[in-house]
Amino acid sequence: MSAPMIDLQSLQVAFGHGAQRVVAVDGVSLRVADGECYGLVGESGSGKSTVLRAVSGLNPDWTGRLSIGGTDQTAKRSKGFFKTCQMVFQDPYGSLHPRHSVDRILAEPVAIHGLDDADGRIDRALREVGLGPSFRFRYPHQLSGGQRQRVAIARALILEPRVLLLDEPTSALDVSVQAEILNLLRRLRAAHGLTMVLVSHNLAVVANLCDRLAVMNRGRLVEELTVEALRRGEAHQPYTRQLLRASQGYDRATADSFRDFA
Amino acid sequence: MSEPLLEVSNLRVSFPTRQGVTEAVRGVSFTLGREKLGIVGESGSGKSMTGRSILGLVPPPGRVTADRLAFRGEDLRTTSDKRLRAIRGSDIAMVMQDPKFSLNPVMTVGHQIAEAYRVHSRASAREAKRRALEMLAAVRIRDPERVYDRYPHEVSGGMGQRIMIAMMLIPDPALLIADEPTSALDVTVQMQILAILDDLCGQRGMGMIFVSHDLNLVASFCDRVLIMYAGRVVESCRAADLHNARHPYTRGLLDSLPRLDDNRRDLPVLTRDPAWLTDGPAAEAQR
Repeated sequence: MSAPMIDLQSLQVAFGHGAQRVVAVDGVSLRVADGECYGLVGESGSGKSTVLRAVSGLNPDWTGRLSIGGTDQTAKRSKGFFKTCQMVFQDPYGSLHPRHSVDRILAEPVAIHGLDDADGRIDRALREVGLGPSFRFRYPHQLSGGQRQRVAIARALILEPRVLLLDEPTSALDVSVQAEILNLLRRLRAAHGLTMVLVSHNLAVVANLCDRLAVMNRGRLVEELTVEALRRGEAHQPYTRQLLRASQGYDRATADSFRDFA
Repeated sequence: MSEPLLEVSNLRVSFPTRQGVTEAVRGVSFTLGREKLGIVGESGSGKSMTGRSILGLVPPPGRVTADRLAFRGEDLRTTSDKRLRAIRGSDIAMVMQDPKFSLNPVMTVGHQIAEAYRVHSRASAREAKRRALEMLAAVRIRDPERVYDRYPHEVSGGMGQRIMIAMMLIPDPALLIADEPTSALDVTVQMQILAILDDLCGQRGMGMIFVSHDLNLVASFCDRVLIMYAGRVVESCRAADLHNARHPYTRGLLDSLPRLDDNRRDLPVLTRDPAWLTDGPAAEAQR
């Protein structure tokens, strides 16, 4: 593997002090190659989103080594970092400013980074996510959930980043809209050679978009496997196998076989 | 089937808006016996409103009309508010999606469950507590005594949903309406909660309406499924046959799901046919 785009070495994130201290991410090491799509899977509280927030700079309290595009990162990130690395959030109802028009939402990152040709960039970004220029002067409340998520993706792409961090980008959407967004993300990845990290609780969604994935439980990385191995059911860890069974629909006998993994 | 538990015929729910009247549910008919009936559809398809209208829980200014809306032969359209309050909870119970918003935050969970019992049965406080603890054990909460004195913010989402289910089942209802009862939960917890509901349906002969957007879940959990689109039932089938559904909308929804056992990459996108809004539902949907 050439130099990895994302390189985490024993990443640890803890919240609170003293008796209240909770270790949310406990010694996670992983590498994502340039142009790869990497999935992070786990249940709520497994630390998967916290890993993503540490990578994106939203969570400054972490220890370990974190390098993006060959540059070691500290708690404070440079403007250049944010141009390289952008994030799309779960809930497009919460991540867009309700009183800013699409135009203003997309113009802001362009202005912050002092880029030229804001007009052309906004136009191209909207086209790229499958929204025409007619959407440019609408407000978020005038858009459907899928359209809002497209705006959020356009906002991330307008800086022409190399890394896109996706935190449950389709779990607030209907399945038919989810399919559209997954297809869009796949197309954008191919067109721009984007490196992606996709956090999801849905194994099928991760399998659809990613090449490799890591399964997390209680802050630890349980297992790393390729999507082909996942499809063939070749998970080694009992926790991963339980997750696989649970995602295959309801079965009375299976429900009884579940146990807690510490 | 003997006397059906619930009969619904030509149910309509409409909301007056500034742009005119919006119809959320447009002529839904079904009968329910002692079975698990799934209602699936996308957001805005009217599936939740169908569940709510049975209990008279459609928020104003919504209007509910039906040719027939009867629970064990009793007409729910004309019952008094007082009688409806007696039915609600004791005969027909409802579990909502998110326990965070359905539990009283300033009352311990044990008291809430005991209260649900006392409202409908006139039992002593001690008897209610005993029943509440039994019920907590029935939904497989490991240490009922400890959980009884907890406040809702002190329990996890999965436990909160089990508490909700315990509270709804303690008056021993004949019909449970569950509106996305497991959507906010992790898959493994979801399975365990469904197993509890499944057992209770089997043991008590309870009927259940299970409202969900998750086709695979409904196919594997329910006995029969109604598929709703834009306020109407477009297809009705046995849950086990859902994967052989014929209506293009149902097919489209099924196809757009990513699957682990299939490595095609681009997912087919649903193209909506305006005819789905108006064409008559399949004949068997009306049985």
